[in-house]
Amino acid sequence: MHELSIALSILDLAAEEAERRGGRVVAVHLKLGPLSGVVKDALSSAYELAREGTSLAGAELLVEEVPVVAWCPGCAAERAPRFPLLCCPTCGTPTPDVVSGRELEVVALEIES
Amino acid sequence: MSETRLVQVRQHVLKQNDVAARALRARFHEAGVYVVSLVSSPGAGKTTLLGQALASLRARYRVAALVGDLATDNDARRLARSEAPVKQIITGTVCHLEAAMVAAALDGWDLAGLDFLFIENVGNLVCPASYDLGEAAKIVLLSVTEGEDKPLKYPAIFLKSKLLVLSKIDLLPYVPFDIAAAEDNARRIHPEIDVVKLSCLTGAGLEQWLGWIEERRHELQALRGALVT
Repeated sequence: MHELSIALSILDLAAEEAERRGGRVVAVHLKLGPLSGVVKDALSSAYELAREGTSLAGAELLVEEVPVVAWCPGCAAERAPRFPLLCCPTCGTPTPDVVSGRELEVVALEIES
Repeated sequence: MSETRLVQVRQHVLKQNDVAARALRARFHEAGVYVVSLVSSPGAGKTTLLGQALASLRARYRVAALVGDLATDNDARRLARSEAPVKQIITGTVCHLEAAMVAAALDGWDLAGLDFLFIENVGNLVCPASYDLGEAAKIVLLSVTEGEDKPLKYPAIFLKSKLLVLSKIDLLPYVPFDIAAAEDNARRIHPEIDVVKLSCLTGAGLEQWLGWIEERRHELQALRGALVT
């Protein structure tokens, strides 16, 4: 189960940070892009399972979904391509140059001291 | 009275793998070994193609392979017939190879004594897309017994791969596979992806496949040479 392994990695990362800074993690803020290969619902379910019985059992996972943004050489501008097709919705030029949308990032932690 | 504060972390979840992969990439670069990984659905023909590559390239190059599976060392045994060094990575329940697994498997091998290293991933078009193994190129295989819309269904891996190998083309007369549509779909997801069509059974396209790998290695060697001088 792929999302379970990702959830475990998120918990590891959060636990490590909490230990460094001291305090109890109340929430984990995650940025998730469609090109990360991770699905939000599956991740949320896996996270619920993974956090049980750990020091982060009380930590909520807050997911911010970010859109795919790519550079269109035709328009010389950033566009939101019609994922999964990476081409400009305005002029149709292929846009393989992705600016954002690959994120799988723990942005911040809410820590209670 | 407890107080809640927001601390910025800004860390990629798979950072551990990325760090390990970068270290591998640096090792490969220093050793001068060209590394590719093969991904596909189970049964698309990775092992057969790899066996053919090892056997053909062995005459002129020093080649080796790592193969990942959940269980059995059957693939390593098949590939060992080529007499090239082959190691099996048994992942247990993990559905993809990770950089740390590759690094551990390379223990005891002298990378400087290799020209090519092939890494065969677990049969899976989903998870391998998220795990960098330090390779110079990911190669995705799609056989003609699958659907031609696979690239649209699994965009991440097709976007990350430099080469698409359309395999088992000897079966084209017997299956409804629209090979032009498959190629078209792959280019819709990744316009610059290279495509090779082949059959390990008849030998069609094998020269083109080997040529692609050799050319890419040659390019990398030239780049290394340019950086050194």
